[in-house]
Amino acid sequence: MTTSNREIVRPSRSEPFDAATLRARDFPILNQEIHGHRLVYLDNAATSQKPRAVIEAITRYYEHDNANVHRGVHTLSERATHGYETARARVQAFLGAPSVKEIIFTRGTSEAINLVASTFGHERVDTGDEVLITGLEHHSNIVPWQMLCRARGAKLTVAPIDQRGVVTPEAFAAALTEKTKLVAFSHVSNALGTINPAEQFTALARERGIPVVIDGAQAAPHLKIDVAALGCDFYAFSGHKVYGPTGIGALWGKAEHLESMPPYQGGGEMIRSVTFEETIYNTIPHKFEAGTPNIAGAIGLGAALEYVSAIGLDRIAAHEDELLQQATAAVGALPGIELKGTAPHKAGVLSFTLAAAHPHDIGTILDQRGVAVRAGHHCAQPVMEFFGVPATVRASFGLYNTSEDIEALVAGLQEVVKVFG
Amino acid sequence: MSELSDLYQEVILDHNKRPRNFRTIETPDREAKGYNPLCGDKVAVYVNLEGDRIVDVSFQGAGCAISTASASVMTEALRGMTLAEAEALFQSFHKLVTEGPLALPDDIDLGKLAVFSGVHDYPARVKCASLVWHTVRAALENQNKTVTTE
Ligand SMILES: Cc1ncc(COP(=O)(O)O)c(C=O)c1O
Repeated sequence: MTTSNREIVRPSRSEPFDAATLRARDFPILNQEIHGHRLVYLDNAATSQKPRAVIEAITRYYEHDNANVHRGVHTLSERATHGYETARARVQAFLGAPSVKEIIFTRGTSEAINLVASTFGHERVDTGDEVLITGLEHHSNIVPWQMLCRARGAKLTVAPIDQRGVVTPEAFAAALTEKTKLVAFSHVSNALGTINPAEQFTALARERGIPVVIDGAQAAPHLKIDVAALGCDFYAFSGHKVYGPTGIGALWGKAEHLESMPPYQGGGEMIRSVTFEETIYNTIPHKFEAGTPNIAGAIGLGAALEYVSAIGLDRIAAHEDELLQQATAAVGALPGIELKGTAPHKAGVLSFTLAAAHPHDIGTILDQRGVAVRAGHHCAQPVMEFFGVPATVRASFGLYNTSEDIEALVAGLQEVVKVFG
Repeated sequence: MSELSDLYQEVILDHNKRPRNFRTIETPDREAKGYNPLCGDKVAVYVNLEGDRIVDVSFQGAGCAISTASASVMTEALRGMTLAEAEALFQSFHKLVTEGPLALPDDIDLGKLAVFSGVHDYPARVKCASLVWHTVRAALENQNKTVTTE
């Protein structure tokens, strides 16, 4: 049976926002039991589940349109190219980017950051210079800069967080020096949920003429992004965190930078002409997309962005904020709980420890009740070190989570307290 | 799937709350450290020998209930054993947590270690139980390096 004839109901702004309806109608994976309990998926910051619209777009592509892009003159190749380039335009609209030429498809946020570090970074950062990040960063926004600094003889500097898990504009400004040649920070922290004042940080750096790279992996599913308003130079995100497939993401960069940057990888697609003596590179964005791209992934990502935009990121954000408030109050009231990350502006993440039980024991007990959370260091070991814990439990919310999910989390934690109390 | 109480048996909860031999040995004959980079668990094991017999064994470290209880029960089980007996027990324990109780011959008496029979049903937790055993083995083999689960 092909799935392509099935009727897919698409969300729209005109219907009232109802997470339970979206969950039941659009997310087939959530309609299952784990260990005899309704699946409660609270690991959205690691990766989100995919709506039918995304699964269907990928299936339809493989069943009807699959071919290589930008090559053939045949119909399938034209369809594949059209699908791929339409997805690029969706990313452009999603980010508020001035030009579609500024959107580069990557494997995800990690690859996007590595791309900037190893091209733009290598040209801008020299011996004795500094690259500034913050104390909140995911390993993906630490390690590429560390590698760059090592290669160039530069220094990685860090704007510190405070006890709430906040990098204040004062702390950020104080960390900018004469030697700072590049700044990279997350829009939203994956370990704590802190929303950084990205516009303010960017302005502080730009005043000093320092280019800014923003890691938007956790912002894309929760916030309306407008790179033009932010004023940054580069913005990276991953498809799989925003209801799209894994293995696809995007980097937005200002055209003036992309034009002058050296290529990232060499191969097909990224060239205009090749002889053994010389290669003329393709125009942007293709200059940065060596090899046959993840066409189905890009099309799936386009469908995901269309899906969240149809619902409205503002409505998604408002819903998730309600869940966060509910969870913060209910979990925070349990005996022995310590919340990690109490910033006034947070998105979708509740990170905590419990005096009597290790996060891994909590994760196992919750899983037995069908509740999926993350227990660990969340690829942000410096954040864990700051709070002096090896790990936390992290519940993270998505558009399909409901109050009932939070109640299941709290009931599971009550059992943990009973077992380990 | 097994019941949660099969994993978190009373003995495990008790050893987690009140770990035995949870101390350092000032000048141990043997010692080694273990690290699980996935969850950040760290353990250090100290051993004193007389000839080839373990006369004292202790541990330090922070971890989940399974890893703490495993270390605590292990120290009780190993005291008084010869190196050969300790190696045989390591092999049995390893089989127990990776393959399950049915993989062991009938005539093997695991004693208190049998409380870890449930771990095998939780693949994500096998390393929690086995890290300290790999660590003590490194100590007994006199390898002065940090053991990791990865
Ligand atoms: C804040 C942040 N940055 C970067 C990444 C890396 O994203 P990816 O693994 O999709 O490349 C993640 C994902 O865990 C993240 O949460």
